Amino acid sequence: MNKDDIRKEKEKWENEVLKPFLAKAPERNNLKDSSGKNVERLYTPLDYEENYNEKLNFPGQYPYTRGVYPTMYRGRFWTMRQYAGFGTAEESNERYKYLLKQGQTGLSVAFDLPTQIGYDSDDPVSEGEVGKVGVAIDTLNDMEILFKDIPLDKVSTSMTINATASVLLAMYIAVAEKQGIPADKIRGTIQNDILKEYIARGTYVFPPKPSMRLITNIFEFCSQNVPKWNTISISGYHIREAGSSAAQEVAFTLADGIEYCKAAIDAGLDIDVFAGRLSFFFNAHNDLLEEIAKFRAARRMWAKIMKEKFGAKKAKSMMLRFHTQTAGSTLTAQQPDNNIVRVAIQTLAAVLGGTQSLHTNSRDEALALPTEDSVRIALRTQQIVAYESGVTKTIDPLAGSYYIETLTDKIEKEAFEYIDKIEKMGGMVAAIEGGFVQKEIQNSAYKYQMEIEKGERIIVGVNKFQIEEPPVEGLLRVDMTIQEKQIEKLKKIKENRDNTKVKNILSELEKKAKGNSNLMPTILEAVKSYASIGEITNTLRKVFGEYKENIVL
Amino acid sequence: MEKKIRILIAKPGLDGHDRGAKFIARALRDAGMEVIYTGIRQTPESIADTAIQEDVDFVGLSLLSGAHNVLFPKVVEELKKRGAEDIIVFGGGVIPEDDIPFLKKKGIQAVFTPGTSINDVIDFINDKMNGKNR
Amino acid sequence: MEKTDNLAKNIKNGDIRAIARGISIVENGGYEREAILQELYTEGQSYIVGITGPPGAGKSSLIDLLINELKNHFKKIAILAIDPSSPFTGGAILGDRIRMQKHTGDPDIYIRSMASRGHLGGISGATKDAIKVVSAAGYDLVIVETVGVGQSEIDVVKLADTTVLVLVPGLGDEIQAMKSGIMEIGDLFVVNKSDRPESEKLATTVRWIVDEHYKEEAYKPPVILTSVYKNEGIEETVRGIMAHKDYIYENDIYKQKRKMRIEDDIRGLLEEKLNSFIEHHIKYPERIEQWVEKVYKGNSTPFDIVKGIHENLIIDVKEEI
Repeated sequence: MNKDDIRKEKEKWENEVLKPFLAKAPERNNLKDSSGKNVERLYTPLDYEENYNEKLNFPGQYPYTRGVYPTMYRGRFWTMRQYAGFGTAEESNERYKYLLKQGQTGLSVAFDLPTQIGYDSDDPVSEGEVGKVGVAIDTLNDMEILFKDIPLDKVSTSMTINATASVLLAMYIAVAEKQGIPADKIRGTIQNDILKEYIARGTYVFPPKPSMRLITNIFEFCSQNVPKWNTISISGYHIREAGSSAAQEVAFTLADGIEYCKAAIDAGLDIDVFAGRLSFFFNAHNDLLEEIAKFRAARRMWAKIMKEKFGAKKAKSMMLRFHTQTAGSTLTAQQPDNNIVRVAIQTLAAVLGGTQSLHTNSRDEALALPTEDSVRIALRTQQIVAYESGVTKTIDPLAGSYYIETLTDKIEKEAFEYIDKIEKMGGMVAAIEGGFVQKEIQNSAYKYQMEIEKGERIIVGVNKFQIEEPPVEGLLRVDMTIQEKQIEKLKKIKENRDNTKVKNILSELEKKAKGNSNLMPTILEAVKSYASIGEITNTLRKVFGEYKENIVL
Repeated sequence: MEKKIRILIAKPGLDGHDRGAKFIARALRDAGMEVIYTGIRQTPESIADTAIQEDVDFVGLSLLSGAHNVLFPKVVEELKKRGAEDIIVFGGGVIPEDDIPFLKKKGIQAVFTPGTSINDVIDFINDKMNGKNR
Repeated sequence: MEKTDNLAKNIKNGDIRAIARGISIVENGGYEREAILQELYTEGQSYIVGITGPPGAGKSSLIDLLINELKNHFKKIAILAIDPSSPFTGGAILGDRIRMQKHTGDPDIYIRSMASRGHLGGISGATKDAIKVVSAAGYDLVIVETVGVGQSEIDVVKLADTTVLVLVPGLGDEIQAMKSGIMEIGDLFVVNKSDRPESEKLATTVRWIVDEHYKEEAYKPPVILTSVYKNEGIEETVRGIMAHKDYIYENDIYKQKRKMRIEDDIRGLLEEKLNSFIEHHIKYPERIEQWVEKVYKGNSTPFDIVKGIHENLIIDVKEEI
């Protein structure tokens, strides 16, 4: 059947079958995607301009729409990597060992806010925050405890750390060294994505220019010394969590990626040297089909951007490899067990979208950090999809679906429009400083929230199907004495270390920061001498200054 | 006579997740109130100073990092130190139900947990204002 | 009134809560407003600097840095930051102070956010009154940061001793500057975000316009490039403000401005009182609907209606006398 025939038949169907049916039974309202655009009743070959070789091609081949590897999950499942960390390094170490025993295949470290923002546990601004959203790391000593009895040559570790990534990476390298493992053998990722901090997450320290310098220092240092390390996880997760649409998530993430590549090239690095180690981090949201299309669009777009804009030659440079986390903001405090179902659907989205690694949220997400039971169920969700659902037996199974392919094209088009707009503004840093990105996200978030308030968007258990429920019991509580314990520990470290050495290395760091050299070797020396994260960050604060938030409401 | 309700929305501590705070600020503006939004990383002292300079009727605190039991009461304390106990403090964020009695005892007059409708917040504010004006 | 006396006393003593209360009272209008202003009117003589410019020009960030430098010339500084109220809901989000938050703990700095509350012209109806409150409290410098709605920054000129116009490249300023009468406004022109490439071009354009416009004048506004990031141009801006201050003091312009403001206050109050009196006397609220109906039905015109009211009013007044 050619397109004209289909068109004729569609009209016939609309008049003879659909219209009379609608007259008796109308459709529901508000059937829209995350950008607010209507989702059509039906997708047919009429909606989609097919071109298999150009638009899809084969997995592991440009433009990688169908997946970055030729065998995908038939060869190896995605890495099951649950984000974890809380309280002391000792407790987190226990949780890591538990998860590894339960079949998790990679570690993911969550740090507390003072660590993420470069404040020691004894700093007055850290009051109440120590050990709450992640593990408290003040010195190398804490890092050593965190990875005690965990062989760093056998696991890959992802660290969610941004403004202070250089310090934590240096600590990780130092711990591995102590375990007798050379830096060129360790595998892992640091998030190291400062642009999204300015946009959506808030754990920035320095202004954009010096932050970019630190990031490119890390690119360079790792390309020479830690080749197996993924030096950045360019993140859309938080942008989505802040309320953006799917197309905005892709657009702003890739625009951030473009900005990092530009910075690295300006710093003298060759695109094919560092691009292969860039990785991405996306959100897996509720709308199953839109999410799958989103991931495919992102892969195709990045491949095009790397080839056409940056002239990358290596295949690895053009592959968009990504980690996914299921959408925390969609989980509810009401009837928390429902969240297990939400996460299962979001897991499917990520897997059918071809993710390389996945974190699934626990059912108590809206209430507290997860209990052991909750996090085990979250891990089991991944395992059930992997082993029991059958979707991993074939690659990119939804390819060729009229809806999925149309939507993939649509998201790509919308996202590229945003990227072009941002380019015209002078790039992502300029767009962020002008508040453009934040405004787009906030408008989207406001719209979404008002739809919920008005009942146009249903959240099961929250604005429909509510029940009277007693407060949830058995939530995880972070020990309140943790701050005191850390302060004690820090005091002892400061007493027992060579304080002259620390003073000298910090003043050397200050000097080097004022110049242009790569700061990683000096930071590595500083952590090895047990300088604290606060001491190191404050030294850099003196030279670089602090970023001031740009509020757009 | 044009009395407007003035509200300070603040994020104490280090938590940078401001989607909720920004939504509340905007929604309260749409409900006809004047909202002063301070942004993230505020200390309890600076929140109290701001509340007084701005002569607000309410202070709304947003926190998702678990530090609410320490930081919310601190704000109430700082307001008290400055002779401003009449300013009504309320809070929201990731706060377990179990913590609410403690927070109320410490002077936080309402806690809005995830899933709260904005209308509940607006009703709370209007009720309190009516109480004040009596 | 005792309450007002007390409040006025506390304001004059510099009590922050009292100052803040005082400003709310003048914002809310009514009898309380008059009572407190009566107590405070002749107290204090602050120097008033207006900072205006389009949204996104970076006024708040600039003020944040200017404060440090201005503290060398003034003891206590009050900042009134004005943001627009929503014309639909009457509410407002007041976010300017975020950029200045680090000064919040400073006992010599007072920052207050005000919503325009429907007042056009970039300031709020209560801004003038708020200035009197902080002035009475001993703040020797008041900075008024206005909304900067483009072509109606005029109001701040009447209110301020020195007006600083902040421009920024990329907002179509070159054309705006030449089109509108804003050249009349600035005693100083600041081109902010000097780290952007087009800022030099904008500064040059503005300098050219200033040269043309102020060819014969005794005072020529300086055009200063500033960068908040690089902390550049801040001292120069403050020097420019102080130079203008000297100029208007030496030439009695300062006196003229003060007298004009007093005249505005008297006239404004008079209009308000008279309007209110007349409306009450002619029973405006009760009768306006009738008058509208009459005109709508074609039985009269607004001119006839008002002529009638006017003549009746004169008769009434004559009778009373």
